[in-house]
Amino acid sequence: MHRVAWCLALLLAAAAAAAQPAPARRAELIELVRHDCGACHGLTLKGGLGPALEPAALAAMSPEQLGFIILHGRRGTPMPPWRDHLSESEARWIADALKQGLPK
Amino acid sequence: MKRAVQLLLLALLAGCSTAPLRGTGDLGVVVERAAGRIMLVETTRRTAIGRVDGLGDLSHASVVFSRDARYAYVFGRDGGLTKVDLLGARIERRVIQSGNAIGGAISQDGRLVAAANYTPGGIRIFDAGTLELLSEVPTGAKVVGIADAPGNRFVFSLFEAGEIWIVDASDPKNPSTTRLAAVGKQPYDGFVTPDGRHYIAGLYGEDGLALVDLWHPERGARRVLQGYGRGEEPLPVFKMPHLRGWAAAGRYLFLPAIGRHEVLVLDRVSWTEAARIPLRGQPVFAVAQPGGRRVWINFALPHNDAVQVVDVDAMKVVKELRPGRAVLHLEFTPRGEQAWISSRDDDAVAVYDTATYAELARLSAEKPSGIFLTSRAAMTGF
Repeated sequence: MHRVAWCLALLLAAAAAAAQPAPARRAELIELVRHDCGACHGLTLKGGLGPALEPAALAAMSPEQLGFIILHGRRGTPMPPWRDHLSESEARWIADALKQGLPK
Repeated sequence: MKRAVQLLLLALLAGCSTAPLRGTGDLGVVVERAAGRIMLVETTRRTAIGRVDGLGDLSHASVVFSRDARYAYVFGRDGGLTKVDLLGARIERRVIQSGNAIGGAISQDGRLVAAANYTPGGIRIFDAGTLELLSEVPTGAKVVGIADAPGNRFVFSLFEAGEIWIVDASDPKNPSTTRLAAVGKQPYDGFVTPDGRHYIAGLYGEDGLALVDLWHPERGARRVLQGYGRGEEPLPVFKMPHLRGWAAAGRYLFLPAIGRHEVLVLDRVSWTEAARIPLRGQPVFAVAQPGGRRVWINFALPHNDAVQVVDVDAMKVVKELRPGRAVLHLEFTPRGEQAWISSRDDDAVAVYDTATYAELARLSAEKPSGIFLTSRAAMTGF
């Protein structure tokens, strides 16, 4: 029984990771990151009141951690939770995109 | 051929010499932030009269004006400080003064421009004429909420350190600093009241604001509107409110509640809460119409397509406008007959008649953010 649950969890995680936003939505997400996240992290993501979000600055963080912070925010800092605006797979897509360098 | 060239040159020269003289009192700039450009605007005919390119990263750009209102000093996020000639529509001087900047201020006498920096944390003071670096005040923390105060002082807050510093730059090469410690948790922005007497910093990390009487800095800072959240869990804040340009209307100051869909009204005589007004969303800017009859407010995501107008007499919202998607900023003409509002996602600046709320004009602008009119040149704290 335990094994089945594990397998199911893994499958779900894989499905979530594989669920890429559609191209039009991706363009919206990039706009959102540049302009709305950019309000604190800088339009070029070099940081502002919030930390830099360039790949080098995020090297120590896994995409899972990053996706979690995007969805749930960071207590004690101004980073808000974006879960009402983004799905889990969208947050994860943004995390991956940031790790690789956000497309222009 | 030679003669044709001569004629052309003559015509050009004649053209130059007959360029009409004009003032700058009805001019201003709109930041086109993604393009690294400013649009020069004229509020009499409500038109764009030119553009100036090459200003770098203008996310969170801010602008102050020379005391003759001819030059705009543009502070870019990338540490660029650019002096723009409004009449010539060109860059007069430009320096990259830090790695990451947040804004700036101009001194009471107009001789000094101070840039506020995140990296390296501190302020740098420049000659307003030449942009020559005169001195710097390192802080070791991110500087927010810089404003000028009487006596050629610059006042600002330190986000991580929770301090307010008052820098007297009367001797610009040897500025002296008064540090006020433990003013509150995470000051995120600040402003000086129009009379130049009080500096107020908003606090992100606690419910309240820090108030300094600049006539008596030795008395330190005190909290006002403490505990305005009444212990309730704050709502998420998707954009930090901005305090510069916040509303002083008569005896009241209109201040943002962090994590609440309300504007707090602070009585400037008793320094107590006079009212709180429910709003559509998290307020970002609240700006008093000159004269102080009404206060116009824009919002953070997801309510950033609305502008609400509060009547100061009635202390309630009397009008809601939809100027476009992602409203980032608003600015009034000096006597308040027009409101200029930028809509980032509609690439437009809408101009409203403040008496009738009719839209008077709509200008195309590429992802416009801040709107700054030259009347700021004569205002303390701007």
